[in-house]
Amino acid sequence: MELVTPSLGLVVWSTLSFLILMFLLTKFAWKPITAAPKEREESIEGALKQAEIAREQMQALKNDNERLLNEARAERDRLLKEAGEMKDQILAKAKNDAKAEGDKMIAAAKDAIEREKLTAMNQLKTQVAILSVEMAEKVLRKQLEDRAQQEAFVNDTIKSITVN
Amino acid sequence: MTLLINRFSKKYSAITAVFLFVLFAFTYSVKAENNAEVTNQLDSLTTKMVTESEKVAEEVTGHHETEEEKFNTSEVIMEHIADAHDWHLWGHTSIHLPVIVYTDKGFECFSSGKFEHGHAIYQGANYNYKIVKHPGEQKERIKVVDANGNIDEVASASVIDLSITKNIASLLFSVVVLLIMFISIANGYKKRGIGAPKGLGSWLEPIIIFVRDDIARPNLGDQYHRFMPYLLTVFFFIWFNNTLGLIPFFPGGANLTGNIAVTMVLALFTLIITNINGTKTYWGHVFTPHVPLWLYPLVIPVEIIGLFTKPFALMVRLFANITAGHILVLSLICLIFIFKTVAVAGVSVPFVVFISVIEMLVAFIQAFIFTILSALYIGMALEKPSHNNDHH
Repeated sequence: MELVTPSLGLVVWSTLSFLILMFLLTKFAWKPITAAPKEREESIEGALKQAEIAREQMQALKNDNERLLNEARAERDRLLKEAGEMKDQILAKAKNDAKAEGDKMIAAAKDAIEREKLTAMNQLKTQVAILSVEMAEKVLRKQLEDRAQQEAFVNDTIKSITVN
Repeated sequence: MTLLINRFSKKYSAITAVFLFVLFAFTYSVKAENNAEVTNQLDSLTTKMVTESEKVAEEVTGHHETEEEKFNTSEVIMEHIADAHDWHLWGHTSIHLPVIVYTDKGFECFSSGKFEHGHAIYQGANYNYKIVKHPGEQKERIKVVDANGNIDEVASASVIDLSITKNIASLLFSVVVLLIMFISIANGYKKRGIGAPKGLGSWLEPIIIFVRDDIARPNLGDQYHRFMPYLLTVFFFIWFNNTLGLIPFFPGGANLTGNIAVTMVLALFTLIITNINGTKTYWGHVFTPHVPLWLYPLVIPVEIIGLFTKPFALMVRLFANITAGHILVLSLICLIFIFKTVAVAGVSVPFVVFISVIEMLVAFIQAFIFTILSALYIGMALEKPSHNNDHH
């Protein structure tokens, strides 16, 4: 029976002690002790969320990069192709131009040659004419040394003019 | 462990020293006082002492004979479980704790050493006091006596014993240790902020989180933070004192949480916290239960009794579990004396170790059960009105 009979002294002291303990612990211990893990949990949760966001951003960035890379690659291919075409064009044009220029130069040379030839021919003709006249003069002078022959020639000539 | 003690002793050496000083100073000052008294009154007491010593000799031999005749197991066990006015350390050494009595003539405070383990009468300012044990009991009662040692029952009825008994000294010790422990942890948190705790804090934090996540939150819902201080305090108070009680030597060994007065106080706290937080719905279940009106005279008293049976069960459960553990350990030790051979120790000591390990588990489990049931009862009182009224 003594075991289950609470003694007043112990009731008073344990009530007092427990109240003081609870008061002091609540004031000085439980607040920081319960606040710290809570804050830590919240900060970890926040960090995880941010990591998730960063991961998503990273993924987006990576996708962007890949897209840009692909675009760049396509652009490069296109540029290379265009450059090749341009090269061919330039080459072809250059070839044509060179040919046209050559032809022109050849034609000009031919013209010059033709002109020179004509000039030479004309000079030759003039020379031949002059020589022929001189020869004819010399021949006539020789034939018409006597008076009779001169009169016969004039008569012939007059006759021929009358016929005309 | 040494590291821990060093850290504590550095920080809180002052507090600890003061506490220990108070305990020991009382013992030694009292001893010195006794010696002085003895020398001063030597002459007047010489004649008396002769007869006294004869009486003591008789008592000792008589006691010795009975011990030889029969070893009273239940007496030994009950003596260890019961509260005492001095704290037995070893052999004939014990700490004489202060006695505080309140009578119709006011307070009186003196050392329990004056009683000389119940053999002497202390002449106080108001009355003469003596420690008396009822036949078959180990509980020490302070009674008012006259000069011849006859109990004055009328004056004794007014004596209120508020002494710092063994249990109360143990209680104060545990309060000091718990304060040092948790305030140092709290300071650690303040210093480190939200960083991971170190040392003692890293060991206790999972338990604090356990109390929060597995005891408070499931039972109290979103209002759990309001009751966290009570639940944490009660949990660590019970656990620490349960464990302290398992240590067989000073400063452990007091059967504090196995004392019905302490468990009653703890259960009363739960009762009060539960009922002052009772919602309209909670009181509605008590006074307007959902039963036919003619059953009200039967159901309402049952509901009212129900308010008290829950904390009553808390009180008895903790008391019975812890006391049973102490009795079990003491019984196994007593086997050595019952069989009067040291050889039995070979069997009983391993058993005591085994039971002690189980008791360490029980110490935790009982603290857990007390706390979770307190949380459950408080949670029931916080019940919100629901549209579904037929769940009762």
